[in-house]
Amino acid sequence: MNIAVCVKQIPDPATPYELDDENHWIIRPEDQVLDDTDRSGVEVALQLAEATEGTVTLYSMSPSGTLQGIRQALAMGADAAVLIDDPALKGADALTTARVLAAAMQQEGFDLVIAGTESTDGYSGIMPQMMSEILDVPCLSFARKVDAGDGSVTIERQTSDGFDVVEAPIPALITVTAGIEPRYPTFKGIMQAKSKPVTTLTSADLGITNTVHQVIRSVEPVAARTAGEIIEDDGEAYLRIIEVLEQAKVV
Amino acid sequence: MAHAISPGKPDAIDFLQIDGMLSAEERLLRDTVRQFVADQVTPHVDDWFNDGVFPKDLVKTMGDMGLLGMHLEGYGCAGTSAVAYGLACTELEAGDSGVRSFVSVQGSLAMYPIWAFGSEEQKQEWLPGMASGDLIGCFGLTEPDSGSDPGSMRTNAKRDGDDWILNGTKMWITNGSIADVAIVWAGTDDGIRGFIVPTNTPGFTANKIEKKLSLRASVTSELVMDNVRLPSFAVLPNVAGLKGPLSCLNEARFGILFGAVGAARACYETALTYAKERVQFDKPIGSFQLTQRKLVEMMVGVNQGMLLAMHLGRKRDAGTLSAEHVNFGKLVNVRMALDVAREARGVLGANGITLEYPVIRHMNNLESVYTYEGTNEIHTLVLGQAITGISAFA
Repeated sequence: MNIAVCVKQIPDPATPYELDDENHWIIRPEDQVLDDTDRSGVEVALQLAEATEGTVTLYSMSPSGTLQGIRQALAMGADAAVLIDDPALKGADALTTARVLAAAMQQEGFDLVIAGTESTDGYSGIMPQMMSEILDVPCLSFARKVDAGDGSVTIERQTSDGFDVVEAPIPALITVTAGIEPRYPTFKGIMQAKSKPVTTLTSADLGITNTVHQVIRSVEPVAARTAGEIIEDDGEAYLRIIEVLEQAKVV
Repeated sequence: MAHAISPGKPDAIDFLQIDGMLSAEERLLRDTVRQFVADQVTPHVDDWFNDGVFPKDLVKTMGDMGLLGMHLEGYGCAGTSAVAYGLACTELEAGDSGVRSFVSVQGSLAMYPIWAFGSEEQKQEWLPGMASGDLIGCFGLTEPDSGSDPGSMRTNAKRDGDDWILNGTKMWITNGSIADVAIVWAGTDDGIRGFIVPTNTPGFTANKIEKKLSLRASVTSELVMDNVRLPSFAVLPNVAGLKGPLSCLNEARFGILFGAVGAARACYETALTYAKERVQFDKPIGSFQLTQRKLVEMMVGVNQGMLLAMHLGRKRDAGTLSAEHVNFGKLVNVRMALDVAREARGVLGANGITLEYPVIRHMNNLESVYTYEGTNEIHTLVLGQAITGISAFA
């Protein structure tokens, strides 16, 4: 099975993000890390590839930088990476991103596409679904477990009170939750990562010209948390607490 | 022409930007071990230490990652650079010296002698299983009455036909009671030789040392060999004399001089955070001059220690590191780490004596690290001999 995995290099979440003054876009350092939620996607892909003697190819649209995040996914065991690195795509909206990644996958070929549910820096959560429409394949979302069958895939779709079992023929697109425990890169994998093939494309290589940028009109800091209400207990405080909980509609 | 010197924004931990000395590959490896420690060690290590438990479940994961015998080539080992091995030790010991000790003993003391002095058959038989974590090794040199002076060992091996008969007691043996194989050094008619001893050989027993207040998340044992009969091929064929075990110790010390910096860093980070949050006399204790001095001394120590470790690591990868350089590194960095841990303990006040914070655990662990793999005194005298040409002890 030829598995395509969407991965994203993001600024290290451990350091505070800075936005540029003009466009309010995240300032991306040379050195970006693999989005933590993508580690689960890579893990699922590797398990499926091991079960089906398949291959795992990473797809990412971002400035290459030092490739630190991509190398991490390659070190986990992915076979190759296709990177779309194009200044014209800076600030691209979710639909443009979906079109670009889908075009790259169509060009390279795939049986299954795996993505995280949403990126840690953008949080739109809609890009994979857009891709499935463009690729014209079924979308199985919020998978907490994935099994490959003969010409099909079956997932356990996480719901608020349990899970649904969903099956679809391949080719298909799956989004995976962070609940799937990723493996650590092996040291051998880390050393081999730099010799794995990384193909870099531009939007022109994919025949995509009409790219659309998102416009962020303004950014407001999160309002400071206001002080809570302190209830002095004169023996009747529980009545006030019940009242507050009822107002919050939690009881 | 020199560049201008201008104000920067130094990081409170990596003040000297030593990160910038690492390659992308080294950083990825370092970050991988750091993540492993954050996921698998830090959340549980206070309980392991409190209960005196070694996390044996982690061994297989460490093997899968390639941590065991990582700087050795072939036989299932990862074959990384010396700097990479050192960085892994730093991160492991930032978690706990006991976890780093396991990796040091497995890779540098048990696997290394087989790799360096073993026959091809011995390497094939033992190294792949030890690299994967399926087999655990230990190293028997020190005895109850033979520590800094290993030449005085009483453990001996005598020929009986083609076989060897091994007798003696080894003491303070990390991994002893959980080991599948022990590398035991014993006196023979041809001087000190190394033997590969499967721990299920009749006459071999390992007794766990229970009442210790240091390295509690690590197994320390006594090995007793009572007429242990070994086949002729149990001996390591390619080394005789003390240089065998001492070269293994140099391997392990190299990891320790990196590892100790990790323990120190963890203590300094804890003290820095605490000093900025702990309020007394209506201000954080980090605003008092006495505390600031302590924090700065800790930061300087940690950064100097890492610089030293990186320098020695780069020299090793360039093939220019000598044993005396390793003595220098072990002497200075473990002493620094112990000083930092004690200073951090003081900054944390009473909280510093609980396992809620990592400081006293590191501090107690470092008391062992200060002594094992060559005491601070012996390293001092080796350097004394190196600069005067006069040996003070042998």
